[in-house]
Amino acid sequence: MAKIPWLWAVSGTPTMGFELTVALRFLREGRFQSVLIIGGVMTGVAVVVYISALILGLQANTINRTLGAQAHIVVKPPEEAVRAQLPYSETLATIQPKAQRLRSIDNWQGLMPALSADPDVIAVSPMASGSAIAVRGEANRAIVVFGVELTQYNRIVELDNKLVRGSFRLNAGEIIVGTELAKDLGVDLNDRIRVLTPTASDQFQIVGIVDLGSRDLNRRALYLPIRTAQNLLSIPGGVTNIDLRIREIFDADKVALRLASVGNVNVESWMATNSQLLNALQAQSVSTTLIRVFVSIVVLLGIASVLVVSVVQKRKEIGILRAIGASRGQMTRVFLLQGAIVGLIGSVLGGLLASGLVLAFTSLVRNSAGQPLFDIVVEPQLLITSCLLATIGGTLAAVAPALRAARLDPAQAIRV
Amino acid sequence: MAKSLLSLQGIRKSYGLGTPVEVEVLHGINLHLAVGEFAALIGPSGSGKSTLLNIIGLLEPATAGQIALDGQPIDYRDEATLTRQRAARLGFVFQFHHLLPAFTALENVLMPQLITGDSFSGDARKNGEALLTAVGLSAAMNKKPNELSGGMQQRVAIARALAAKPALVLADEPTGNLDTKSSDEIFKLLRQFNRDYGTAFLIVTHDPRLAARCDRIIELVDGSVASDLPNRV
Repeated sequence: MAKIPWLWAVSGTPTMGFELTVALRFLREGRFQSVLIIGGVMTGVAVVVYISALILGLQANTINRTLGAQAHIVVKPPEEAVRAQLPYSETLATIQPKAQRLRSIDNWQGLMPALSADPDVIAVSPMASGSAIAVRGEANRAIVVFGVELTQYNRIVELDNKLVRGSFRLNAGEIIVGTELAKDLGVDLNDRIRVLTPTASDQFQIVGIVDLGSRDLNRRALYLPIRTAQNLLSIPGGVTNIDLRIREIFDADKVALRLASVGNVNVESWMATNSQLLNALQAQSVSTTLIRVFVSIVVLLGIASVLVVSVVQKRKEIGILRAIGASRGQMTRVFLLQGAIVGLIGSVLGGLLASGLVLAFTSLVRNSAGQPLFDIVVEPQLLITSCLLATIGGTLAAVAPALRAARLDPAQAIRV
Repeated sequence: MAKSLLSLQGIRKSYGLGTPVEVEVLHGINLHLAVGEFAALIGPSGSGKSTLLNIIGLLEPATAGQIALDGQPIDYRDEATLTRQRAARLGFVFQFHHLLPAFTALENVLMPQLITGDSFSGDARKNGEALLTAVGLSAAMNKKPNELSGGMQQRVAIARALAAKPALVLADEPTGNLDTKSSDEIFKLLRQFNRDYGTAFLIVTHDPRLAARCDRIIELVDGSVASDLPNRV
C-alpha cells in the first residue's frame, strides 16, 4: 500500500458527500447487477448465520443434556494401587490390580475451603455415593445412592428444575428417585421402599420424583440425605466425592489441573469423562468454521468480480469525474464504498433471512411430543458481528476494482 | 499585455515510447494564453489538437517541455496538485458532451462542486440552477441526459464546465455533433460567458465559420503551430 499514498489523502474533501453520492448512484444505476450481488451476499450471510445459530444451539443442547445431572468437576479419593516391591526388571511377578473399595476422601472438610477459594469455582457440594439395591415387594433394582446436602447439591446441577412430582426437600428418612426407577418399582409419592447395601438396610419414603434427562440415570438414581447415605455405605462422616460447579464449563480441564494439587485426590473434569463427546463437538465446530470461511470467500469473490465489471463499464464516467476534478483517492473510495454498501445491505437482509429460517425451523421441525427439537436462538451479537464482517469484507473485496478505477487514465477513458 | 494564464514552452508528446512504433505527435509547441482570451484551435484531423488539449487540461503528461498555469510551473508527477487545478481552474466541454447518465442535468452541473466538498443543496444548487437557466434549460433541470437532445446535453456540459468558475474552459469540438442552429446557440453561450465572467476559452473546432468568430486563431499542422494570429471580428 506504500505505493498509493493518495488513497487516504484528504484532497479538499471534508466530507464523504461526493463518494457516498456517486457510490449510491452507481449502485442504483446498475440495478440488475446490484440486485444480483446483494442477493449473493444475502444468501451467503444467511447460510453462515443460520449454520452458526444451528450448531450453537445444537451444541448448547448437547452439553446441557450431558451436564444436566453431572458436576463440572468431581474430586475423588485417589485410586488404590498395588506397587511391586522390586523394580520390574528384576521380577517376573504379575501385578494383580486391587479391587477399589469404597473410600472416603481424606480430610475432606479441610479440602472444602481450599476448593471454594478457587476463583473459577462457584459451588461446592460433598457427596456420599455408592451402589445399593432398592427393594419393594418382589421387585428389586440395582441403584446408585447419592447422599447429598440438598441445597448445596442443587447449586451444582439445579435438581429443583428437574422435579416432576412431589416436593423438593430431603429430611431424615426421605428420598427423591428418578422417574424410571419409580416406574420399575411400581411406586409413587409417599410410598415406601427399602434400600439395601452389603452392610445395612433401611426403609425410606419417596417425597419427590425427578427427570434427570437420561433414561439410564432415571433408572438408577436415588437421592437421600448425606448422613443417611454415610450410614448405609458404612463411611460414617466420610464423603466419596466432592462436586464442583465452575464459571466457564470449557475451562473445566484447566481448573481440574490446577485443583489437583490441593491434596491427595483425583480431580476429574467433565471434559475428561466425556472426551468423545468433546471430540465430536470440536469436529462440528471445525466443519462449521470451514463452511463459514468458504461461503465468505465465494461471497467476497462475487463482490469483487461484479465491481471489476462495473469499473470496466463505467470507464467513461470515471474518466469524466477525474477530468472535472475528482482525485484518485476519491475514485478509489467511491468503489470501496460500493463494496461496503453491498456488504452491509446484503448482510442485513441475510440476517433477517436467517432469523426467518430459524423461526421456521423451530416452529416446523418438532419432535413427537410437539416440542422443538432444541432451542436455536439467533443472538443479536452474531447478527451484528456478521454485518460488521460482511461490510469490512465487502470493502476489502472492492480494493482491487477500486485500484483499477483509480489507475484509469482519464484522457484515454474519455476518448472511448 | 494582459495577464498570462497559461504558457506552454517546447511541449513535445510521443506515444509508444521505447517501442518500435514510437511516434511523436507534438513537436515542441510554444503557446501563451492570457486571462479572458477567446481562442480557436484549428487544424486537420491528426494534427494533435486533442492531444494538446489533454496536456493543457492536465489529463496526460507531456513527454518534454514546460507548462505553467497562472505562472506556476506544473509538475505532472504531483497528482494531488493536478487534481486540484483541474477542479479549481479548468473546465471541460468534451466532443461527445460526456454527461454522467446516472445523474440529472442539475446534478451533472453540480458535480464539480460536490467533488470539492459542497453538497447538492444550498448555494451550490442556486448557482447550478442559475447556470442551467442561463443556457436555457430551466425546464429540464431534473431530467436525465438520455431524456435530452444532443444540443441540450451540450448545453448542460457547458453549464457544468462553468460551475466551478474556472479561469480556462477547454472545449473539444463543442458543436461537433450539432446542427447549424444549435451550433450557433452554443457558440453564443460560450461568448456570453467569456464576456460576463472573463473566462478564457480554448475551442478546438473543425468549423471555419466558428473559428472566424473567435478573437484568435491558432492553427496546428502535423504537431506544430503553423500560424497564430489575432482575428478582429
